[in-house]
Amino acid sequence: MPATAEPTLSKDVLDFINEWRDEPGNLIMILHRVQQEYGFVPREISLLLAKELDVPLARIYGVITFYHFFKLEKPGRNQISVCMGTACYLRGGEDLIQELENLLGIGVNAVTDDGEFSVEAVRCVGCCGLAPVLTVNGEVYGKVTKAQLPDILAKHRDE
Amino acid sequence: MGFQHYILVCGGTGCESNKADEIFRHLIREVEEQKLDEKVQVVKTGCFGFCAQGPIVKILPEESFYVNVVPDDAQELVTEHIVKGRPVERLLYREADSKKHARVDDISFYQKQFRIVLRNCGFINPEEISEYIARDGYAALEKVLFEMAPEQVIDELKSSGLRGRGGAGYPTWMKWNFTRGAEGERKYVVCNADEGDPGAYMDRSILEGDPHSVLEAMAICGRTIGADKGYIYIRAEYPLAIGRLERAIAQAKEYGLLGEGILGSDFSFDVELRLGAGAFVCGEETALLASIEGERGMPRPRPPFPSVKGLWGMPTVINNVETFANIPVILVRGAEWFGRIGTEESKGTKVFALTGKIKNSGLVEVPMGTPLRDIVYNIGGGIPDGKQFKAVQTGGPSGGVITAEHLDTPIDYEHLQELGSIMGSGGMIVMDETDCMVDVTKFYLDFTVEESCGKCAPCRVGGRKLHNILTRISKGQGVPEDIDKMRRIGRAMTKASLCGLGQTAPNPILSTLRFFQAEYDAHINDSLCPAGKCKDLVHFEIITENCIGCGLCARRCPVLCISGERRQPHEIDQERCIKCGECFAVCKFNAVLRA
Repeated sequence: MPATAEPTLSKDVLDFINEWRDEPGNLIMILHRVQQEYGFVPREISLLLAKELDVPLARIYGVITFYHFFKLEKPGRNQISVCMGTACYLRGGEDLIQELENLLGIGVNAVTDDGEFSVEAVRCVGCCGLAPVLTVNGEVYGKVTKAQLPDILAKHRDE
Repeated sequence: MGFQHYILVCGGTGCESNKADEIFRHLIREVEEQKLDEKVQVVKTGCFGFCAQGPIVKILPEESFYVNVVPDDAQELVTEHIVKGRPVERLLYREADSKKHARVDDISFYQKQFRIVLRNCGFINPEEISEYIARDGYAALEKVLFEMAPEQVIDELKSSGLRGRGGAGYPTWMKWNFTRGAEGERKYVVCNADEGDPGAYMDRSILEGDPHSVLEAMAICGRTIGADKGYIYIRAEYPLAIGRLERAIAQAKEYGLLGEGILGSDFSFDVELRLGAGAFVCGEETALLASIEGERGMPRPRPPFPSVKGLWGMPTVINNVETFANIPVILVRGAEWFGRIGTEESKGTKVFALTGKIKNSGLVEVPMGTPLRDIVYNIGGGIPDGKQFKAVQTGGPSGGVITAEHLDTPIDYEHLQELGSIMGSGGMIVMDETDCMVDVTKFYLDFTVEESCGKCAPCRVGGRKLHNILTRISKGQGVPEDIDKMRRIGRAMTKASLCGLGQTAPNPILSTLRFFQAEYDAHINDSLCPAGKCKDLVHFEIITENCIGCGLCARRCPVLCISGERRQPHEIDQERCIKCGECFAVCKFNAVLRA
């Protein structure tokens, strides 16, 4: 027998599904809840969702892969999102990604080997007045310079 | 209420990310510790708009405007300003050219502004419905329920001249009228809060700063067209706005302003939130509806229009956040008042997110028809670091550029269109001489290619082709025929694409070709990027005569490709150079040449 336990939906997620079961157009809301729980949408969970909601797995994957927000891979413990909205782009958002690559050795949409950090480029986070902006686990850093990055990383690595 | 002072703390996302919440809590603690809670009220409001100076704290009635505040300033603000009545000089905002501290009314950033949509942002606590009600909130809904027939509401909107603020500028009354007249078992009101345009955050600030104005307008719309259900489709990336909306909906229900039998009438209306998931195309109305229905957000051909066949096949009104936020004021103050603001064809005001290479970046609301020059120079304070103004981009990935020679153009739907740009949702991005038009255009095409849903060939294939050509040009591998080719592909996309995304995707190219073709030609014919931005076309060299051999550039170089003896001229290994420009930026002796 393999040692891994059979995956199950947590009670909270199941409660949420039950609350939304009869609402039309519930799939995206449920996927949001799943991603909130796991940080991404694991394949096993999608299989369980397909059974639970009685929809084809292909439809669930159709939705997941259409929307940028949903992830199929587990992100790092600390998720770094560099804003690539126009204002941030003009004020050096790309340089921040380059510098992160120098510091972490990973490009966009990748996770460090130790699972500590993942980097993604995101659309406008709506803090254009503070450009360039990046967020770590949702915490916003504005007017970021390359020189500040090592400190930002160190702060989150220690948390 | 007998408060002698009000301390307003900006609680918009920008300031919030700079510890505004901590400042707020410190201020409350100070006020309590100094036993001032009966005299002073501390309020967290929506966005003040002057994001570049955040976090901002405003103290009334003195109208003192404190900027760049940190949590540790709380004690001084309370002890000095409130107790001793002495303003904290070092934190007061000053205009660049003056030594005098400015009161809110004197600040040039605010002087040319006219706030209708943002009337409550930065004044009320958005988490408290009673503050909205105190400023005439829900008065319009009451009027609509008890004093006005639905036709009268539509007539009022018609004579106000309000047009959709989401981009296309379609008259709002017509949308409502079509849906009202359409047959359907149920009808729906949808608020488009999927603000996907990079560089724009008007809608987010409205929802964060004044969520009830949108809820009230949606209920008014429901009453007028005969709907009992509304959806707000909002980006999942806006957690603060989502939280404030959820709270506002709950409070409105508690007060009987949403839900069953509103204000004792026979009208019931409910609002639900639906989260987007990061797909720009969902700002297109038919794609948005597909997404609310839980599907992949792909647009479908129109007609039938959503006003006839929308959400779940039922007649649906879809308006943007800012459009909705205008409606309660129009109904309270009257169409005639609204019609006096703005130009002949474009009434009212428009909120812009002024960003990019501009001193006072932030959220500004101006009457339609305000010349661009006023926005950039009087409100925005001009270009920082002594650089030259180059262009303003409006309309994001669907829009175009406005150049220096057109700075006096009045900003309204018609004039922007004449110039080959669009009003769009309100992003206004200022660019200076160091921004390369080919590079910026490529950035927009990166965006639209990535965001194309792939359903129709003109957008899916055309966008990719345009992007390929732009990439070639930015590497100096373009050929003269490319210009004409891009124009032809662009025209085809404009005509044949299924939805607005594909139809407008070529606009950034067509617009920059119109005003900056010389820049494209330089890339193609001379392998030159005049702005020095396109990495494949610049190289860095050390000017031996100027180099004193301080070694700063060598230490800064991320790939360690600069070498040389101490106090001797250094050298850059061109093979290994990644053209990051770090050496150029740090050299104090003008010894690095960018060519």
